[in-house]
Amino acid sequence: MAEIRIKGVAKDFGTFTALHDVDLTIADREFMVLLGASGCGKTTLLRIIAGLETATKGEVWIGDRRVDQLPPRERGIAMVFQNYAVFPHLTVFENIAFGLRMKRMPQAEVTRRVTRTAELMHIEQLLKRYSGQLSGGQRQRVAVARALAMEPEVILMDEPLSNLDALLRLEMRAELKGVLAGSNTTTIYVTHDQVEAMSLADRISVMNGGKIVQAAGPVEVYRNPAARFVGSFIGNPPMNFLSASPAGAGQWQVGGQVFAGPEAPAAEFAIRPEDLHPSDTGLPAEVRVVEPLGPHTLVTATVAGQPFRAVIDSTLVPRPGDVLHLAPMADRIRWFNPETQKAL
Amino acid sequence: MPRALPYLLLLPATLFLVVFFLYPFVNVAWDSVTRGGEMTLANYQRMASHWKFPTAFWNTLLLAGIVVPIQLAMALTMASIVTKLQKGRSTLLYIFAIPLGISDLAAGLIWLAIFEQSGFLNSMLYGLGVIERPILFLSYQNTWVILLAIVLAEVWRATAIMMVILVAGMGLIPKEYGEAAEVFGASRWQRFTRVTLPMLKPSLQTALILRVILAFEVFAVVVALGGTQFPVLMSETYQWQFTMQDRGVAAAYAMVILGISVAFTLVILRLLHVPKEARI
Ligand SMILES: Nc1ncnc2c1ncn2[C@@H]1O[C@H](COP(=O)(O)OP(=O)(O)O)[C@@H](O)[C@H]1O
Ligand SMILES: [Mg+2]
Repeated sequence: MAEIRIKGVAKDFGTFTALHDVDLTIADREFMVLLGASGCGKTTLLRIIAGLETATKGEVWIGDRRVDQLPPRERGIAMVFQNYAVFPHLTVFENIAFGLRMKRMPQAEVTRRVTRTAELMHIEQLLKRYSGQLSGGQRQRVAVARALAMEPEVILMDEPLSNLDALLRLEMRAELKGVLAGSNTTTIYVTHDQVEAMSLADRISVMNGGKIVQAAGPVEVYRNPAARFVGSFIGNPPMNFLSASPAGAGQWQVGGQVFAGPEAPAAEFAIRPEDLHPSDTGLPAEVRVVEPLGPHTLVTATVAGQPFRAVIDSTLVPRPGDVLHLAPMADRIRWFNPETQKAL
Repeated sequence: MPRALPYLLLLPATLFLVVFFLYPFVNVAWDSVTRGGEMTLANYQRMASHWKFPTAFWNTLLLAGIVVPIQLAMALTMASIVTKLQKGRSTLLYIFAIPLGISDLAAGLIWLAIFEQSGFLNSMLYGLGVIERPILFLSYQNTWVILLAIVLAEVWRATAIMMVILVAGMGLIPKEYGEAAEVFGASRWQRFTRVTLPMLKPSLQTALILRVILAFEVFAVVVALGGTQFPVLMSETYQWQFTMQDRGVAAAYAMVILGISVAFTLVILRLLHVPKEARI
C-alpha cells in the first residue's frame, strides 16, 4: 500500500515562496500528473516527496509512514530525472543494477531484475554500453529501467520526456503508460505538457503559482475547470471568457444575448471553442483570422470587443470581416466569479 | 591563412620553450652521459656508488610516499566540504590558498622557527613545564623528527594546490548524479566512492601528477629543516653541482629525478585512465 498524503507542505527559498500550503492525496497505484507552467513549483514538490529538498513546513506520508524526516533511500521511492542522470562511468547494466547493488541484493537476483526490466524497456542489446554511447531516447529508457528494477512502491518522474523529439515523445508516452500500468507502483509524473498529462493521468493536479488549483480526472479538469486558470491553461486553443452583465435573477447578458446562469453578484461567462456551432441566433463574432486545420477550422474573432475563438466544421469557410453567429451548447457553458476566479 | 593562424600565435611560446627549456634540457642530458667530451656512463656510476645516493633516493620516495597520500586524503576531504558550502566558499578557498603564496624556502624557515632549539615548540613545552631544558629536535640522532617536520611543512605548504584542482573538478560533476545515487540508496560514503571519485578521475590525475612531480623535486624545505641530515635527490644534485663542482654527476641526478617523474606520471595516467565512452 503506497498511498501518498501531502499535508500543508510549504516551501520558501529565502523570501520567495515556491509552494503555499499544498494538500494532496494520491491513491495507491494511481498515476498522478502534476501539471503547470514552468516555475509553478512542480519540481520543488516532487523533490520534497523524494527527500531531495526539505519542506519549510508540512508533512509527507507514504503508506502509513511519515517520511518527511527520512533520507530519500528510506522512503521506498525511485525517480526518473529530467536529464536522466544515467551514470557515465557505469555500463547500462550497472546503471540499472545501481540501486540493487546498494541494497546488497544477491548477484542472481540482480541479473534477473536487470534482464527483465531491460527487456521491458527494449534495451537488452545495450546492456554493455556506456551512457556516452546512447541516444537521448535510449538514455531515457535506461533511466526508467533503473527505476523499475527497484520494484518501488512509488515512482517519481520529473518531465521525463521533455528532452526527446516530438515523435519519440509520443512513442515513449504510450510505452510508459503500458509499462507503469503493468507495475504496482504509485506514480507521480511532472510535466508542463497538457497533452501528455491528459493522455497519461488517472488524475491531474493543475498547479499555478505554488498552489494546486484543481486535482481531478483529465475529463473533469477539461470540462469543469475549478478555476479560470485551469480553463485558460488546459485546452488548445484554451477556453473563451466573456464578461457578463446581470439581466434579472439568474439571467446574464453576454455579447447581446441572454443566458441562464448562477445567482451571484457578478459572473464571467466561459465556453470552450469546440462547444460552439454556427446558428442564426448565436453570439455575433466578427472574424479576424481563419485557419483551416483539415477536419475543422479555427476561427479567431471578437465578440463584443473581446477575443474569442471557435473550432467549427471545415465545410464552413468564413472570411475575415464576416460576422458569424455562434451558439454555445447550453450544457457546456461555465461561469466564474470574476473576483475569486473560481468556478460558480 | 586561418589554418596557420593558431600555429603562428603559438610560435613565440614554442620558440621560448625551445630556447630556454629544450636546449638546456638537452645540454643537461648530454652532460650526464659525457665526461671530458667522451660518451661514458661514468657519471652514473659515480653517482650510484656514492654512499649517499641510496639514502637520497629512498628518502625522496619515502617522503613522496608519505606526503602525497596525506595530501590527497586531506585535499579530497577539504574539497568535499568546500563544494557543499552555500556561503563563504571563496573566502575559505582564499584562506586555504595562503600557504601557496609562500615560497618553499620561507615555508621551511617557518617550520624551522617552530622546531629549532630556541623555537616555538621548545618555548611552549618549557613554559608549560613539560620539559626542563630545550630539546634538540632536528639533530642527526632524530632523523624521524626531521622527517616529521618536513612532512608537516610539505603538507601545510602544498595541500591547497591539490584542493583547488579537486574543487574545480567537483564543480564539473552535475548535481543530479549525486541525487540519483542518493535516491537509489547510496549512503554518503557510497556516493563519494561510487559516484564522486570515479567522475573525479581526470582532476585526480592532474592533481596527483602535479603533486608527485613536485614531491620528487622537494628541496628548500628539506634543506631548511634537515640541512645535510636528510639527503634527497634534489639536495644531492645541488651538492654535486656547487659543493663538489661536478656537473656530470649533478646532471645524472637530474636525469634520475626526471626518470622517476616520468615513470610515476605514466603510472598515474594509466591507473586513472577513463575510457572515452565513459566520460561525463
Ligand atoms: N534552489 C532554489 N533556490 C531558489 N529558488 C528556487 C530554487 N529552486 C526553485 N526555485 C524557484 O522556485 C520556483 C519553482 O521552481 P520549480 O519547482 O523548479 O518549478 P517547475 O518545476 O514547476 O518549473 C521557481 O520560481 C524557481 O525559480
Ligand atoms: Mg521543473
